[in-house]
Amino acid sequence: MENWEVVIGLEIHTQLATKSKIFSGAATAYGAAPNSQACAVDLGFPGVLPVLNQEAVRMAVIFGMAIEAHIAPYSVFARKNYFYPDLPKGYQISQMDLPIVGIGHLDIDVDGETKRIGITRAHLEEDAGKSLHENFQGLSGIDLNRAGTPLLEIVSEPDMRSAKEAVAYMRKLHELVRYLGICDGNMQEGSFRCDANVSVRPKGQAEFGTRAEIKNINSFKFVEKAINHEVERQIELIESGGRVVQETRLYDSVKDETRSMRSKEEANDYRYFPDPDLLPVIISEEFKAQIKAQLPELPVAKKQRFKEVYGLDEDNATQLTSSRPLADYFEATVAASGCDAKLCANWITGDLSAALNKAGLEISDSPVNYPRLAGLLARISDETISGKIAKQVFEEMWQHPVSADDVINAKGLRQISDSGAIESIIDGIMAANMDQVEQYRSGKDKVFGFFVGQVMREMQGKANPAEVNKRLMAKLKG
Amino acid sequence: MHTKTIIELAQGLRAGDFSSVELTQTFLNRIKQYDTLNAYITVTEDLALQTAQAADLKLATGEANLLTGIPIAQKDIFCTQGVKTSCGSKMLDNFLAPYNATVIEKFNTAGAVMLGKLNMDEFAMGSSNENSYYGAVKNPWDLNAVPGGSSGGSAAAVAAGLAVCATGTDTGGSIRQPASHCGITGLKPTYGRVSRYGMIAYASSLDQGGPMTRSAEDAAIVLQAMAGFDPKDSTSVDCAVPDYLAGLNTSLQGLSIGLPKEFFGEGLAPDVAAVIEAAIKEYQKLGAIIKEISIPNLNLAIPAYYVIASAECSANLSRFDGVRFGYRCKDPVDLTDLYVRSRGEAFGKEVKRRILMGTYALSAGYYDAYYLKAQKVRRLIAEDFKRALQEVDVIMGPVAPSVAFGIGEKINNPIEMYLSDIYTIAINLAGLPAMSVPAGFAQHKPVGLHIIGNYFAEQRLLNIAHQYQKITDWHQKSPKGFE
Repeated sequence: MENWEVVIGLEIHTQLATKSKIFSGAATAYGAAPNSQACAVDLGFPGVLPVLNQEAVRMAVIFGMAIEAHIAPYSVFARKNYFYPDLPKGYQISQMDLPIVGIGHLDIDVDGETKRIGITRAHLEEDAGKSLHENFQGLSGIDLNRAGTPLLEIVSEPDMRSAKEAVAYMRKLHELVRYLGICDGNMQEGSFRCDANVSVRPKGQAEFGTRAEIKNINSFKFVEKAINHEVERQIELIESGGRVVQETRLYDSVKDETRSMRSKEEANDYRYFPDPDLLPVIISEEFKAQIKAQLPELPVAKKQRFKEVYGLDEDNATQLTSSRPLADYFEATVAASGCDAKLCANWITGDLSAALNKAGLEISDSPVNYPRLAGLLARISDETISGKIAKQVFEEMWQHPVSADDVINAKGLRQISDSGAIESIIDGIMAANMDQVEQYRSGKDKVFGFFVGQVMREMQGKANPAEVNKRLMAKLKG
Repeated sequence: MHTKTIIELAQGLRAGDFSSVELTQTFLNRIKQYDTLNAYITVTEDLALQTAQAADLKLATGEANLLTGIPIAQKDIFCTQGVKTSCGSKMLDNFLAPYNATVIEKFNTAGAVMLGKLNMDEFAMGSSNENSYYGAVKNPWDLNAVPGGSSGGSAAAVAAGLAVCATGTDTGGSIRQPASHCGITGLKPTYGRVSRYGMIAYASSLDQGGPMTRSAEDAAIVLQAMAGFDPKDSTSVDCAVPDYLAGLNTSLQGLSIGLPKEFFGEGLAPDVAAVIEAAIKEYQKLGAIIKEISIPNLNLAIPAYYVIASAECSANLSRFDGVRFGYRCKDPVDLTDLYVRSRGEAFGKEVKRRILMGTYALSAGYYDAYYLKAQKVRRLIAEDFKRALQEVDVIMGPVAPSVAFGIGEKINNPIEMYLSDIYTIAINLAGLPAMSVPAGFAQHKPVGLHIIGNYFAEQRLLNIAHQYQKITDWHQKSPKGFE
């Protein structure tokens, strides 16, 4: 293994989040009854013609700008010809020679190092339908709801040198397309899927080895496993005197292995040629300027800003900028609460994220929205409640649509900072526990915690902890 | 009634001389009487009479336009909702289109009465109408001759008075050549002038629908209804449609007519040449100036066309796979069998020939030599015409090198058949508008004059044809037995 270098390039299909299909007016929503979202155009009926969805073009251009790519002023749709029952026209409309997005790049972080991964191109195309092979008594069913869904196929350079780098690139891209609002990123539903080109070469060799392409991997975990498995297979093959053949392979996640689908010889001749039904796509400088003005702040810039403006540490800044809705939630909470940004960050990455994870919810579906969380944090900030009581209040707010103040008032959780009240409690506890007082005074500092616990219990946790500490210290010292 | 112009019929309908129902019935009767011509694939009798009734109501309330209540027939390449749309093929013999082509919608909106769907070469591939699954169409001028193709049913129906007017489509001459062979007026508009939505594609970059009528005046009315930008067709052009009728009477004084020397060389039958020369003389009487010009790359048009059209059709016809609509073979054993037999059993010989040629031309290793080269030739030809049309206003010549040939005469010689489209094909490659106008007879069969104009010059072409038809009566002749 240590004598070999791994070379990986990824082709990632991102489903663009347009409302209608790339060449027809049919809806793109996932999960509808089979063939209920396919119109005459999607079904490839005689005489129908494609009309390009401008929103898909806009999204492709946004992506191109986000990876600082060359945006083609003139790009062309081509027909990719092959027969399959879920491909209604007998050809897929894609882009071949002149893709809409040219050379760009994406920076990834692996083991504390930043590495730049080249992106060769990104092109627009339509998705095919789905063939269903179960429950049809030996026949196949065809669902064409997905036929015509817009895809942006993003092709990387063979710049990755490990499965880990490939996963980091895929995650970064996944984060980016969701940030840009051009893809929902739902991998179970196939909105973001990956083909991996993998080869190995002896360290120091300039030429690439023969590659195998692993098709249709739809999770980060499987990408890593599939690549690692394929690398092992290729090295073992070469070391035992064999030769890697150029082929398409399929990853079987159950058996954790890849197996051959078809060799280069069996590959289709797709007979690409420009689609005469569609005009070339012309992107003007004005259009580009317009898109640039609408471009959202990208993750790298946002993270930097969160560190500088809010004083967040690396971990919090990374976590909060991992998705745009989360970052927006954080900034809205800071603004609404007027609290210290670090307090907000700790709560959002801590208690709120934990609760969301447990419930399997996204930030946008959080039962506690930002104004309510801000209300809670404000009460911590002004010392109405302690952080510990706040957890209890949050729990209540998660279950019921109530404000922090409602909970605090209804349950009488307001923190007691009145030194007189605290002192009289302390006096009572000291009187009842003279042995422990003696221990403390003879130098057993640990006993201090015992007194804090007793006081807090007596006051049902509502005492201001700082005040308790201060008063207890003074009294115990005598 | 079947020889009247659209304007005469519209006046008759308004004057109460006859109703649209009566007019429609007259044509339905004639269609039955002359069904040996085989011009129609489907006659929509009930639908026609219903539409005629509705048209009569519109006429009574004054909401009508020129085409309201006028019986028209549609080439069976245009999708008609709920009505069989066969494209002349066994593949679509069972196909009821689920929607209307834009052109059909436009005629429906105008209140025209559809009599039925017209015979054609299978998927518009052919120059004789002998490639139809529904059998050959006979030429009303000579029942042993072909009507031309692919819009052979349209040309025969209009010539024989089985419809007031018809639609056709022209990919390499499929409106003009049958119009010429049947002695009617046919216009292929500029590529992009008429929507292709719902017109079953043969070669998408060349296909264009247009009117096939008894006169230029009728063609102006029918084109007016068909033309215009369609958001459903990305290749349709968003430019204003002029009032074609209003332009008919412009003077031709000073019109410069170019005669490409390549149109009058070897291969042109002398009797056809004589008719064309006589027609040119008529134009000189109208004040036109004649100039010899050259289209140097004309001889490359046929090979370039058969590469491009075949390449496009090889992809366009892939959707006919037996999966979702159309013909499906009996009891397929697996997917390959389903494909191979459904397509093998339902496509005719010429369609298969062109799919194979196109597939070959697009294959890895051949693409540059065939497809790319043909595209370069296409640009050269377009430039030839562009240059010529800077010198002259219009170009004239023959539509076809000879008059209508006999049924069966060329069917086993595809190359000879292809060569009969020499003058028309180049126009499609350039995307220009062109007409065929009846100009006389040779061997008792009609000869059409070819008039080619600049992009979107349909109004000028109609004007030029109309002025000629005002001083000649070739377009008013009816074939014997169909008077």
